[in-house]
Amino acid sequence: MKSYILPNEKGQFGIYGGRFVPETLMKAVLELDEAYQIAKEDPSFQAEIDGYLTEYVGRETPLYYAKNLTKYAGGAQIYLKREDLNHTGAHKINNAIGQALLAVRMGKRKIVAETGAGQHGVATATVCALLNLECIIFMGEEDIKRQALNVFRMELLGAKVVSVTSGSSTLKDAVNEALRYWVEHVEDTHYLLGSVMGPHPFPVMVRDFQSVIGKETKKQFFAQEGKLPEAVVACIGGGSNAIGMFHSFIEDKKVNLYGVEAAGQGTETDFHAASLTKGKPGVLHGALMYLLQDEDGQIIEAHSVSAGLDYPGVGPEHCYLKDSGRAQYHSITDKEALDAFQLLSKLEGIIPALESAHAISFAVKLAAKMKETEHIVVCLSGRGDKDVTAVKERLERESHNE
Amino acid sequence: MNRIEQSFRALKDQDRKAFIPYIMAGDGGLNVLAERLITLEKFGATLIEVGVPFSDPVADGPTIQQAGIRALQNGTTLRKIIAELTKASEVVSIPIVLMTYLNPVYSYGISTFVQDIANAGVDGCIIPDLPIEEEDLLAKELQDMGIELIRLVTLTSPKERIKEISSRGRGFLYTVTVKGITGTRNEFDQEVVEFFKKVKEVSPIPVVAGFGISNEKQINELVPHCDGVIVGSKIVDLLHKNDLNGLESFMSVLKPEKNLR
Repeated sequence: MKSYILPNEKGQFGIYGGRFVPETLMKAVLELDEAYQIAKEDPSFQAEIDGYLTEYVGRETPLYYAKNLTKYAGGAQIYLKREDLNHTGAHKINNAIGQALLAVRMGKRKIVAETGAGQHGVATATVCALLNLECIIFMGEEDIKRQALNVFRMELLGAKVVSVTSGSSTLKDAVNEALRYWVEHVEDTHYLLGSVMGPHPFPVMVRDFQSVIGKETKKQFFAQEGKLPEAVVACIGGGSNAIGMFHSFIEDKKVNLYGVEAAGQGTETDFHAASLTKGKPGVLHGALMYLLQDEDGQIIEAHSVSAGLDYPGVGPEHCYLKDSGRAQYHSITDKEALDAFQLLSKLEGIIPALESAHAISFAVKLAAKMKETEHIVVCLSGRGDKDVTAVKERLERESHNE
Repeated sequence: MNRIEQSFRALKDQDRKAFIPYIMAGDGGLNVLAERLITLEKFGATLIEVGVPFSDPVADGPTIQQAGIRALQNGTTLRKIIAELTKASEVVSIPIVLMTYLNPVYSYGISTFVQDIANAGVDGCIIPDLPIEEEDLLAKELQDMGIELIRLVTLTSPKERIKEISSRGRGFLYTVTVKGITGTRNEFDQEVVEFFKKVKEVSPIPVVAGFGISNEKQINELVPHCDGVIVGSKIVDLLHKNDLNGLESFMSVLKPEKNLR
């Protein structure tokens, strides 16, 4: 019997979550909740999603035993769940397919979305191209600079990319602008939110769409090892790949769940994105969650070398899992992530996304403390092609400064 | 009866409509807040909506966003605003309604916040990111201290919901005239008039129009269908330019002597 049945009907995970949105959006949010409840119970909806996931996205993705990385770490056996092999190169498309199909069922043919690293924007633009939906993507000016290739990809796919210059010009500000746009176009537009955040039902809906990651992992791992892994590890910005990986294991109490936040230049500095480690509960973008904020409740800009992790909040379910102790949250610095980025490339011939490199870095440390008979599965949430230019520049700068 | 209700009662007796200006606390410095409140009272404001700056104002357009940034750069905090309002309450006699996003309040601590604004003589509170589904967080504490939670209805709110929302309050119903965020707009569509008819039909409390109201023509179009108007971006803009003559002339639009002309 299932003992973990969160969220409640108000969209709360303990005190976290909820629907803290302007009244203008309440109708859309309530309609979305209702439409999702109906779709979820409809086998034809799931069959439609599964069809696209198999034939278009290329699922299931492999669970790969990383022999060389395991040897390097010198401890537990490390497996990688290869979400980087999905069409468009990251886990984001699992959610984009689900929400776009739901939007179509709701009769909405216009999509607005935010993006940080550009992976969610690319996934959204891709699905919109496939389903012939109008697509507008808000992206921070700073991220547009860091992820020029993804901007071109989105435009190639037919999306309109709007540069956001308010605030810190990163993911949080892109969400603000996407929300403002949604407020103005709510009647014919679906907001295709990219992570397990925002007002209910987004956190639960995105979790459900991403939970295919953990479901496959559990089955694949059992087929290969005949047991459950001792630990699963995933990086956390908003937290969608992590929840997707964790969800199937939440009731398996023997499986330790580790979320890895971006420590940026270090959690002792002002330049990090470690909301769970250093934040306190507050309300932003529709949900009560851990937030990086000052003592007056103003949101603090997050910092990370990885554009996909620099968000000052974190999905409400992660906040609950942290408080309840079911999952543990750690952080990895920019420098450690860059090292892991190069390490995985050299050892396994896999260039990870900088986001996923945080999870790799933590897993290597964790493995060293575990026994050789134990196993870790890392969610390799995306591939690193998008980061190659930025990493190259940074490494050249560093070697120049030495 | 609280002071907000009293104000609307008095207007009704004189067959007048409410004019509610919005200002961003701390824009131009917190030291001018009291002075600005006095000026707005002198120019005929029914009550004043005092905005608290927030780093991520999702319901606001560019004008108020910019004013908020200026206020934050001045070092404005909710704590300092409450301190200023406490002082101002001795020289301003019309009701003050605080408009703030939820997070500064949550961070302040809800019970302390309610206690402190009650001591500062604040009459009401508008929290744009707090729909009725979530208002249990502080509605009762506000009510216990006699502070009105001013709720919003919008063009997208279904009739039954408008009925539910309006039945919960005693101050006034903040009725959003546009599908969108705050800011100036040139015209309203016919849908707005129909919408106000619908709201007036079900609301037991005064219906006040807000968002996107920036000129005399719009105000004259709207007032036959509602009990007053809230003007934000336009007022913020005039104050930022320090155009007091422009402000006085704009605010005289609903004065009885003007209507007689």
